This record gives sequence, C-alpha cells and structure tokens, in this order.
Amino acid sequence: MLKNFKIILIPITVFFLFLFLTVEPVLAQGGEESAFRLERINALVFVLVFSAAVLLYTRWAKQGKTLFVRKIPGIDAVEEAVGRATEMGKPVLFIPGLQELDDIETIAAISILGRVAKITAQYETPLLVPVRYPLVLAAGQEVVEQAYTEMGKRDFYNRDIVRYVAGEQMAFTSTVNGMMMRERPAANIFMGAFFAEALLLAETGNAAGSIQIAGTARPEQLPFFIAACDYTLMGEELYAASSYLSKEPLMLGGLKGQDFIKVIIIILILIGVILVSFDVGDWYYKLFKMA
Amino acid sequence: MRTTVPVVIAFLSGLVLAVSIFFRPDKTIIGQIEPEILVWVTIVGGFTLFLGAVSITRVNFNTVRRRKKGWGYSLLTLISVFVMALPSLLPSSWSPLFGDAEGSIYDWLFQYLDKPMMATMFGILAFYIASAAYRAFRARSAEATILLLTATLVMLWRVPMGEAFLRSIHVALPELINTYVMNGVNMAVQRGIIIGAALGAASMSLRIILGIERTYMGKG
Repeated sequence: MLKNFKIILIPITVFFLFLFLTVEPVLAQGGEESAFRLERINALVFVLVFSAAVLLYTRWAKQGKTLFVRKIPGIDAVEEAVGRATEMGKPVLFIPGLQELDDIETIAAISILGRVAKITAQYETPLLVPVRYPLVLAAGQEVVEQAYTEMGKRDFYNRDIVRYVAGEQMAFTSTVNGMMMRERPAANIFMGAFFAEALLLAETGNAAGSIQIAGTARPEQLPFFIAACDYTLMGEELYAASSYLSKEPLMLGGLKGQDFIKVIIIILILIGVILVSFDVGDWYYKLFKMA
Repeated sequence: MRTTVPVVIAFLSGLVLAVSIFFRPDKTIIGQIEPEILVWVTIVGGFTLFLGAVSITRVNFNTVRRRKKGWGYSLLTLISVFVMALPSLLPSSWSPLFGDAEGSIYDWLFQYLDKPMMATMFGILAFYIASAAYRAFRARSAEATILLLTATLVMLWRVPMGEAFLRSIHVALPELINTYVMNGVNMAVQRGIIIGAALGAASMSLRIILGIERTYMGKG
C-alpha cells in the first residue's frame, strides 16, 4: 500500500514542482516572446510525466510483472461474432469509421481490423470492409493481406475485401446500408470516428438482424450505438482494443500507464474542486491553462 | 525492412510534430513543420484518389460482369461515377457543359441530384432516431426507467410547447433541468469519456511513435 502511495505521490510532487518553477515566472513576465512557447510548459510537463508513466509500466511488463487488465466484453464479443458468422455462412462487415488515416481513431480501427481479419482468416469467414478514403483503403488492404498471410490463408485473400465505396458521407452510408440489406452480414463491427451516419448504419444493421459491435471516442454518437448495438466500446476502450486483443504484456503496459495517469488526474480534479469551492482556486486554475 | 522503415518514419514524424507545438512557427523552422506536413498529407491524399477510383470501378465492374445479387445498383454506380467525373475533367473552354463551373454537367448533377439525395438521407435520420429511442426507452429495468424519465424531461424542455408546460408546473423547472441534467450529470459523464478517450489516444500515439504498437501495419 505504502509502495503504491509513493508511486502516486512522487510524480504529483514533481509535477507541481515543475509547474511552480516554470509557469508562474512565465506568467509574471507578461508574455515576452521567445522561440520556445514558454506558456505551453505545463503541457510539456504533462507530456513528460505521461510518457514516463507509460514507459515505466511498459518496462515492468517487459520484466515479466503481471498486469491486471479488466475484461472488456465488447472486445471479447468480436470472436463470438465472427464465430456466429462462420456458423451462418455469412460475412462479417467491418467499418473503420469515416475519418481520414491521419485521425487516431482510424488508426485504432485499422489496428482492430488486423485482429478481426486474423480471426476471419482462421475460420475462412468472408470479410467486407467498405472505406470512405483512398488512404484508408491502402492501409486496410495492407493490414488485411498481412493478417491472411500470417494465418497461412493467403489463398483466401482478395484485394476487394477492403473496398472504396464513396467519398461523401451519406453516399457512403447508403451504399453500406444497401450492402447490409442485400448481403445480410451475420456481424457488423463499427470502429472509429462516426458522425450523423452512426445511427443510420447501426439501425439498418439491427433491422438486418446482425450482431453488432461498435466503438467510438465521440461521446455525441455513443448513445446511438448503445441503443442500436449489442456491444459498445466507449472512448478509451477503442484505443485499448488492439492491445487487449494482442494480449502482449508490452502493449498492456501502456494501458496500465494510462490508468495510472487517470488516477493522478482524478486527484488533481478533486483538489481543484475543493480549492474552487473555498474560492481560493485561481492560482490552481492558471497552472493548467494552456495558451 | 518492411517493418523498420515505417517504424522509423512514424517515430521521426511523431516526434517532430509533438515537439513542434512547443515552438513558435514565426521564429523557428521546427515550428513551421506541422503546417508543412499537412500540405504533404493533402498531396499524398490527392494521388491516392486514383486508388479509390480503381477500387470502385473494379468491384462494381466485377459485380455487373458476374451478375451478382444487386448488380443493377453496381451498374448505376459505375454510370454515376463516370457521368459525374468525365465531363468535369474536360476543359470548360471546349464547352460550357464541361468543367465544374455553374451550368456544367457536374454542377447540374451536384445541385439537383447529389445534394437532394444527401439531404434525404440525412432527413431519414429522424425516423431512425424514433425507432432507436423506442427500443432504448422501454422501461425494462430501473436504469432504463431513469433514462426514460430523464429523456422525457429533456425532450419536453427542448420544445417550446414542452417548456411552457414545464413552466406551468414550476417557473424554474426548465432552468433546473438545464443546470442539473444537461450541465450537471450529462456534462460530467461526457467529460469523463472525453478525458479517458484523450488519454487513450495519447497513449496509443506514444506506443506508435516508440514502435511498441505495430498493429496498424498488420504486425504483432
């Protein structure tokens, strides 16, 4: 217990020490311009503490320390969904969101696609991956081909598994909805960034009787997925999915580091709530304000 | 080689972009890198559009050729793609129907076919919301009942007639719903999800930059 307490206390102390030593003098200078954006020093401190935590836990994982990661039912359901598709002899539909490849949600979705493709390759289940952007098409084709090759099922790989369908949001949606109603996939997996089309896709999949798993980091679309899908990965679970599915200790270490930073943030929020409640929180607020 | 080169590129790009936000663009070269790389991304994206055109043509052409289920839709897609794209690629100096200016074939198709169809798809969303809400708001459990009651209050507050009704019960009721439901519970939960997602994104970015996570290349 004492050891855990020390682990939390030391970075917090270092964090505050940095802030006091750097942010206050900069604010007092009245914004004198230098090449380095001194007013962003608090963000730099946070990046350093965060990186240190992730790397520390990754190192521990590498050394063989057992790391507990809670079960995420939505991710566990992926294999079950592919199994159902195999039994029914129907395809699995995977949509890696509607954003470009420079969006981290799309990269997370492409990572999950690699895992899903390995399972579909293993069971020889047809896979359909419609995409909205050509760059996502190229990345998706590469990942799926690699997955089929790794599973020794190169013969089952077809370049048209990942296909470009339309560049416009609603044109994409109507094409995929048509695909759902004609092909009747046994499982629909929606991972990545979704917008107004989230409910259009999920409701159509629901009407087609598919088992549906969704994951997005956009809070405004989550209620729609929760209402229409069987499982939903919320926010950080989307980014954790590839590590969780890989079961590699090295990648799970990153998740634990992230959890540790969350504990620090919760403590910082509680301190802020107390200070603001007693009307003495102005200095504290300034520490976290980023220009 | 196929793994090392992308990992090195990801490391250098990620590191440079992360560092560049701490430097002023007008005073350092590193501060100017971010907008420069965004231009590169746009150029690369433009070239890859050709890949998209090849993919959409091949998939739909094969469907039509093999008379697969729904081949008529594929034929329509192929016709739409080429009827929309080809006249817009021809120079407008040949005919006012070419190019993408007002009065061209492309503009006509966009204004009178594409836009109304997109608007129709968006309009259909209302019916989908109704069917999803019906399923979500069925009072099957304590949680679903709380959701039903809260959603009813919020929906009432959002429409003028409902707001008038709430005010007839108590004049401050709409403000109370706004303060405690929307700006209280709802915002707290949303912020919790946003903080978690932001940390997840940062953690994943770090794993990619350091080469720990290679699943986006199909490795690992």
